[in-house]
This record gives sequence, C-alpha cells and structure tokens, in this order.
Amino acid sequence: MKSLLLGSAALALSASFAMADTIRLGTEGAYPPYNFINDAGEVDGFERELGDELCKRAELTCEWVTNDWDSIIPNLLSGNYDAIIAGMSITDERKEVVAFTQGYTLPSPSAYAAMAEGVDVEGGVVAAQAATIQAAHVAETGATLVEFPTPDETVAAVKSGEVDAVLSDKDFLAPIVEESELIFLGDVYLGGGIGMAFRQSDDELRGKFDAAIASMKEDGTLNDMLDKWEIEGKF
Amino acid sequence: MSCPPPTQRKRPAIFSYCSDPASLEGFQWLSCYLTTGKHMAFYVSFGTVLLLLAITAPLALAFGFFGASAARSRVLPLSLFGKGYIAIVRGVPDIAFFLFFVIALDQGIEWLRHKVKCPGWDEPIRQGNDFLVCQIAKMPLNDSPQWVHEVYGFSLAVLTFAIVFGAFAANVLFGAMRAVPRAQMETAEAYGMTPRQSFWRVLVPQMWVYALPGLSNLWMVLIKATPLLFLLGVEDIVYWARELGGSKTARFTDYPHGDWRMWYFLALLLFYLAFTKLSEIVLERITRRLSHGQATVAGEAQRKGQAKGAAA
Repeated sequence: MKSLLLGSAALALSASFAMADTIRLGTEGAYPPYNFINDAGEVDGFERELGDELCKRAELTCEWVTNDWDSIIPNLLSGNYDAIIAGMSITDERKEVVAFTQGYTLPSPSAYAAMAEGVDVEGGVVAAQAATIQAAHVAETGATLVEFPTPDETVAAVKSGEVDAVLSDKDFLAPIVEESELIFLGDVYLGGGIGMAFRQSDDELRGKFDAAIASMKEDGTLNDMLDKWEIEGKF
Repeated sequence: MSCPPPTQRKRPAIFSYCSDPASLEGFQWLSCYLTTGKHMAFYVSFGTVLLLLAITAPLALAFGFFGASAARSRVLPLSLFGKGYIAIVRGVPDIAFFLFFVIALDQGIEWLRHKVKCPGWDEPIRQGNDFLVCQIAKMPLNDSPQWVHEVYGFSLAVLTFAIVFGAFAANVLFGAMRAVPRAQMETAEAYGMTPRQSFWRVLVPQMWVYALPGLSNLWMVLIKATPLLFLLGVEDIVYWARELGGSKTARFTDYPHGDWRMWYFLALLLFYLAFTKLSEIVLERITRRLSHGQATVAGEAQRKGQAKGAAA
C-alpha cells in the first residue's frame, strides 16, 4: 500500500484506495485453540476473535482464508492473502522472508507429550509439525525427528506408537492431554511469541495491525481474550 | 467496515433434537454429527470433484484433439508445436507441473493485468521474495467475495488438469488417427474429397474406436488424479476427510471423537471405486456403440452376430 501512494495515475490511485480496505487473513484452521474449523465449517478460535477485533480497530474489512501450513508463507508472498495469523512464532529465520507485528502472545512453552513416563525425548523418536520451531528444536537435540504436515497427525503418531513423543505448543496439547492417556513430560521455551506476518514490502498495513495489537494490550482486552481461550502468559 | 462477528457453535437446525449433542447416543448422535455445517461442506466437495471431472474431461479432449491435429499438420511450426506440447507435458511429473504451472499462470495473469492497468507504476514487481502488483491488477480483486476467489482457483485447476490430460489425449488421438486404415483415406481421395473433407468425414468419425481404449484409460487416471486438487488449494474431499477425521477434543467441538481418519478415507475409497466401476460400465457401452459398422474385429463380430440372429 505504500507503493500505492507512489502510483502516478490519479484515477488508478483513487480506485485502489477504495479497494485496498479488504484485507485477506490467511490461517491454517487446524491448530486449536489458536485457529480451527468449528462444527459449522467456519474459522474459529483465539486468532479468529483477535483478528476480527484487530480489523475493527484498524477499520478494515477482513476476509478469512485457510491455507495449508506448508505453503502458508509462499502464498502470502505471491499475494494470495495479505497477512498470516496462524499461531506463527516469531523467529529470526522467518524474519528473513516476512515481517512480523509485535507478539500477541508471550513466548509460550512448548511441551513434550508421550504415552508413558520416562521416554527419552533427547534420544528417542519425536514427532513435530513440519516447518515449525518445534521441528527445528527436535532436529537440534539428539532425537530422531519425524515430521507431519498437520498438528493432528503428530498426536495420532504418538497414540499409535509410531513415535515415542510429540513436541508441540503446550496450549495445543493441553486439551488433548486432558482428555486422553497422553501425559506431559516437560516444557521447553522456544520462539519469541506469536505474531502476525506480512510481506516485507507491506509496512503500512503491518503498522496498522501493530498499532491495533498495542491498543489491545493497553486496555487489557488482549488479556481477556487469552484468558477466554486458556492460553498461557499475560501482558 | 467491520468484520462479521465470529459465529461459534452454530448448528443447522436440520433435526430439532440436535441442540444438545452431548446427551445423544447412537443413531441420533450420528444423524446430528453427520449433518453439521462442516459435514455439509464435505458433501459439497464431492460435487466439486464431479464438477471438475465434468468440465475437465471435454476440455482435455478438445486440447487433445487440437494437439493431435497440430502434430500431424503439414505446416512445420504447427506440427512442431503439437509434438512439443505432447512431449513436454507428458515428460514432466504431474505434481511438478501442477505446482509450477498454477503459480506461474496466476502470476502471469496478474503481471499482464498490471502492465495494462497500472502503466504509471515505477516500482519493481519483485521486491526480495514478494510478488507485488497494484491492487486493481490483482486476480481476483482483494475485495471480491470469497466465492470469486474459489471459482478462480478452481478454474486454474481445471485449466491445469486439461493441459496435462490434453497432452496424453493428444498422444492417444494422434495414434488413433494413424490407425484408421490407409485404404479408407485413399478411397476418400479417389472420390475427389479435399484433405479437409476427408479428415472430417472419414478420418475423424473412424478414429474414435481406436482412441477409446486409450481415452478410457485416461478417464480412469483422471478420476484418480482429482485428489491433486488439494495440492492446488481447492478444499476437496481429501482436505475435508482429513479435517473431519482428525481427533477432536470436547473444548472445540460439540462432537468430540478420536482419530477417525481411517473411516473417512474408507468412505473416499468406496466413492472412487464406485465411480470407476460406473465409468467402466458406461465406457463398455460406448465401445459397443462405436464399434458398430466399423472395419475392426469388434465391428465385424457385431455384424456377424446380427447376420446370425437374422438367419435364425
């Protein structure tokens, strides 16, 4: 949008301003409580509520789009949507390709979960979702990493005994551990919190959302939302 | 200007007793579970797949027909174009072609629109990793409703499928055109038909019977290739089966269940089996009809069978 200001054709300029107000938000839709598809088939979760509130504050019309986790960054860069809001942790590696807003969660613990106590998470076989900070962490430890395209499949792999343990966001695993025979083994702190990701050339739009996140932190609405969706850590 | 409020746990009121699923059991629970909005989307996606097949098959056949006609043309550039199309597309793995072509096509269209609609643009289109065109050159426009985006994605998928399967069809038709007995063409020429006339009146009507085994094979492969839609970002039956089958905890759904992916994929398997079986039956009938009166073994057998029937 910064580039729009530089456009010379006045007509094109005025037309584009009217249109630039619809922002397409890309999410995965498979990562409760952050984002998931509810029974009605719509995007739901903490980030749905947060994103809608942010759009209201930034006075933008937003449209939700779901996309595979694997191709979520390439599709942002090629312009299929304008922002990623998909439980994406802020890391240096990702900062090389996309630009993040400030975090809207604190660096939250990731946790190992397994079927029994005493599993060697540093030397065994550990599942993680592909292209996540957890996968990167497992690869750094001595464990054998098995990657899956969706978070759900990582949990299924532990339950079926295909792997010894799973490493994932603790907020994602908590409701699963509560309802199944899985147990937590230990926490690790990874990443710098979760933020929205934008194209690096899209500074103006990123600024709007950044300001909206800051205002939600200030008036405490963000904390209420984190509470509601039982996500650890408050601002 | 604001976003629609998030709608949570909204159920379609198909059955009145579905308001409290936790208290239901057995058949009633299942009837509610299978009629959630999410399941409706799953059922609709079967329609998406069938629609894809219905549009792609004739389009691919058309591509194949033009490819084959071009390949056997006497005009050298046209013939090279036809042969090149067949060779290149047949030689590249489907997945590579699907991933490359859709992105290239999408960006190509946006680039062309950008050139036409924003001539005053002075920034590079590629900035680092980003692909940037002006807002009004976006395809579809950013503020178009979601269904426009979906239709556009679907059309790209159809076109890609048609190009890939068109190349195979072209190869089949090319062979079929050459399989029509030379004597038939010579006879046509002897009657004074121009090359164009003999092509349309003699060659084309007769080639189908030779093309059919190859084309029916292609149709089967096309049916089986539809899950590639998922790769192209279209929410097809594979996407929904995986999404619905994954285990669900009670906090985020009214219908918690374990890992049911096996059952959903079993349903897909049955769907594909039933559909290919149906196709086989239909193709069998078409073969019988096309063989009628043809100078082939099958056509000859039909003729003799009829003669025998008449004699008895």
